[in-house]
Amino acid sequence: MSILQFRLNGDAIAVDADPDQMLLDVLRGRLSITGAHFGCGAGECGACHVMVGDRAMTSCDMPMWSVAGKDVVTVEGLGTAERPHPLQRAFISEQAMQCGYCASGILITAAALLRRNPSPTEAEVREALDRNFCRCGSHNRMVRAVLRAASEMAAS
Amino acid sequence: MTSPAPTLPVSLAANPRLSSWVKLSGDGRVAISPGKVEIGQGIVTALAQIAADELDIDIGRIEMIRASTAASPNEGVTSGSLSIQQSGRALRHACAEVRQRFLVAASERLGVDAALLNVDDGTISGPGNVRTSYWELAGDVSLEHDATPGATAKIAARRAIAGHSVQRVDIPDKVFAQPRFIHDLALPGLLHGRVLRPDVSGARLIGLDETAARTVPGLVAIARDGGFAGVVADSETAADAALKALRKGATWSAGEPLPDEDDLAGFLKSQPVETTIIDARPASAQRKPAQTLRRQYTRPYIAHASIAPSCAMAQWDGDRVRVWTHSQGVYLLRADLAIVLKLPAEHIVVEHMEGAGCYGHNAADDVALDAVLLAKAAGGHPVRVQWSRHDEMSHAPFGAAMAIEVEADLDADNEIVGWRHSIWSNGHAARPGRAAQPALLAASEIAKPYPRMVSTNPPAANGGGGDRNSIPLYDFPAWTITSHRLLTMPVRTSALRTLGGQGNVFAIESLLDEIAALRGEDPVAFRLRHLRDERARDVIRAAARRAQWKPQKRAGIGHGIGFGRYKNTGAYCAAIAEIEGAEDIRVKRLTLAVDVGEAINPDGVINQIEGGAIQATSWVLKERVRFDRTRITSASWTDYPILTFSEVPAVDVEIIQRPEIEPVGAGEAAHGPVTAAIANAVFDCLGVRVRDLPITRDRIIAAMELAS
Repeated sequence: MSILQFRLNGDAIAVDADPDQMLLDVLRGRLSITGAHFGCGAGECGACHVMVGDRAMTSCDMPMWSVAGKDVVTVEGLGTAERPHPLQRAFISEQAMQCGYCASGILITAAALLRRNPSPTEAEVREALDRNFCRCGSHNRMVRAVLRAASEMAAS
Repeated sequence: MTSPAPTLPVSLAANPRLSSWVKLSGDGRVAISPGKVEIGQGIVTALAQIAADELDIDIGRIEMIRASTAASPNEGVTSGSLSIQQSGRALRHACAEVRQRFLVAASERLGVDAALLNVDDGTISGPGNVRTSYWELAGDVSLEHDATPGATAKIAARRAIAGHSVQRVDIPDKVFAQPRFIHDLALPGLLHGRVLRPDVSGARLIGLDETAARTVPGLVAIARDGGFAGVVADSETAADAALKALRKGATWSAGEPLPDEDDLAGFLKSQPVETTIIDARPASAQRKPAQTLRRQYTRPYIAHASIAPSCAMAQWDGDRVRVWTHSQGVYLLRADLAIVLKLPAEHIVVEHMEGAGCYGHNAADDVALDAVLLAKAAGGHPVRVQWSRHDEMSHAPFGAAMAIEVEADLDADNEIVGWRHSIWSNGHAARPGRAAQPALLAASEIAKPYPRMVSTNPPAANGGGGDRNSIPLYDFPAWTITSHRLLTMPVRTSALRTLGGQGNVFAIESLLDEIAALRGEDPVAFRLRHLRDERARDVIRAAARRAQWKPQKRAGIGHGIGFGRYKNTGAYCAAIAEIEGAEDIRVKRLTLAVDVGEAINPDGVINQIEGGAIQATSWVLKERVRFDRTRITSASWTDYPILTFSEVPAVDVEIIQRPEIEPVGAGEAAHGPVTAAIANAVFDCLGVRVRDLPITRDRIIAAMELAS
């Protein structure tokens, strides 16, 4: 075990953790941050996406040693019901989910995309979201929601 | 002639006490307690709409109570697109009666005839500015009464909420990461469990060296009951590590051989079966066929593949146990748990929490028994068990593979004069709570094991199983429909969306398309000519109009149509697919028209149809459970790919709203029609019929080689 420091949703965090433990386990098991979801444990489905810098990354296969010093954002850090992120607002407006288990990872992927590219085309949104799986078939609504959020952000 | 005596909706007849469905409190809140559960389909919102409408209250006052065997009405299982039909009708009736009871009480208090009173968001008012409210009267009006058949719900035209799109009540929590999923529930003192399952199919644990696992930090207990073994630890990380160590110490029996994945039809047709004549329409006049077309269609085993692996929690208190589950049927799960635990059902409380999208009988029930067994070793702590992705993709039941033979007798004009449809498939249901033996996986692993249940088919009255949608909706002069249900089950199967409906609609609609082409007749016109049901004709015409059927032929682009009425009694759906490509095809656009009768939440219906259409596209283009002769090999997303965002087609849905007709569910209406539409579009595009799902590059090349 060793003390690992990083930023989580804007706050400085120090956890005493095994450097080889995965970030997702620390988020959920130690820090009670449950927005990032376990889906496969192999970095394949995107349910556990967190934002590191301006990149969406899988946290289920991200060892803690690699997190040290990084700036990590989970869906909890995007916004709240009182101060929603435009993406969160857009996902509600577009009713962009069915079960919603994949949605937190998709919100993070979309937020990272909009950081890098504030006005993506539909094809660019789809390409960015290809690393996230949705089993219920809400893809098109989610893409519409991301485009809606992008245009809202551009207008404000 | 007298009209028949009014009867209660079926769920209300089974659970007549009004208070079990509806509770009003003095503080302006209304608790609605359905027996059906949210599985990602938006049902709690639609049910809240129905209740708000009948009670004349704002939908924001309603709290939807999660189903629990402690208090909820027993509505069996949330499946078969029946929740609106069963729970919706019961709630509509119950709430209408509750409203009437409050009006009677208000009438007494205010001295005004109940017929003159009006309800607006729970405030009851009448002539002379008299007013009271549900909330003032809540203490006086008892709902500890059984529902009576006489209550009448609002007529369609007076419904202000049902029939209109509203935002789903669960989505804000999911967007803002408020814990709603069972996976995210933090119970005090929670421990974590993992179960040891074989890689080799049908293998049984016969030896276990626990030494290495015992040294894992954080381990709390190792549980063993015959062939069932698992670990309990103080964190998920520790539980995973302990399981890994335990696996190294495991000795397994030889397993049971699996079929040849590349000859599913050969396997299905070589097994002992139970044969049932599903339907026969004898020919009224013998018309001698000029020729008979014989075609065979297959679909593979398909995985539920929910994004979340199955999860449950259990906590023992003496000889009583409480279970948290995302099962589709809390009472049915409890019944199976009672058998395995040899406990009275009243000692077990099973309550529902949302899981990821559920498309049928997945491992939700299995993992609940796992949690209950592991929690025995946890000294009263709650234990949370979550399956691995690998186990979810290899040990959960699959949708059953099917081989379907259709023979069409054609006269000299290539008109259909006879039709024979035969199905070979495992049963499509092995749900818990329905038999004297449990259906739960661990029940077949424990020291005194129960036999593995061989799946059966629901009766025709419930829409059938392998035979679902096998009776043609078309006016063919004669037919015989036969179902052969396998009595062996080397690959575990149970209910997956549509049961046999997807395969049967694929077969029927493919052959119809082929006959229309043989005749040189437009496939839409051909279908319309053989349908008498105006609702069926309307969805086909609506889809055709919306897709501008039939667009001009262009190289590399194909269009196809498929139609079905789910279970032959539920939602009508027509789908038109536009595809492009050669050996690799891409579905560009799906245009659908659907008739569910009264669409309670039209946007919710569209969402379900879109989702069904996209999921069906994934099944058709990509999905197939893979196995060799000893094990399931498609146990990861790499080996079981599903449709990605870039591959998803545009989906355009039109609802034919019929407010006067009893509503039916939408969740399974699209799969069959979309499957057939894509297959027919492949023919339109490439001139070859692919009759084996999934329609992959290899299958298309094989069909082209066969045709040339």
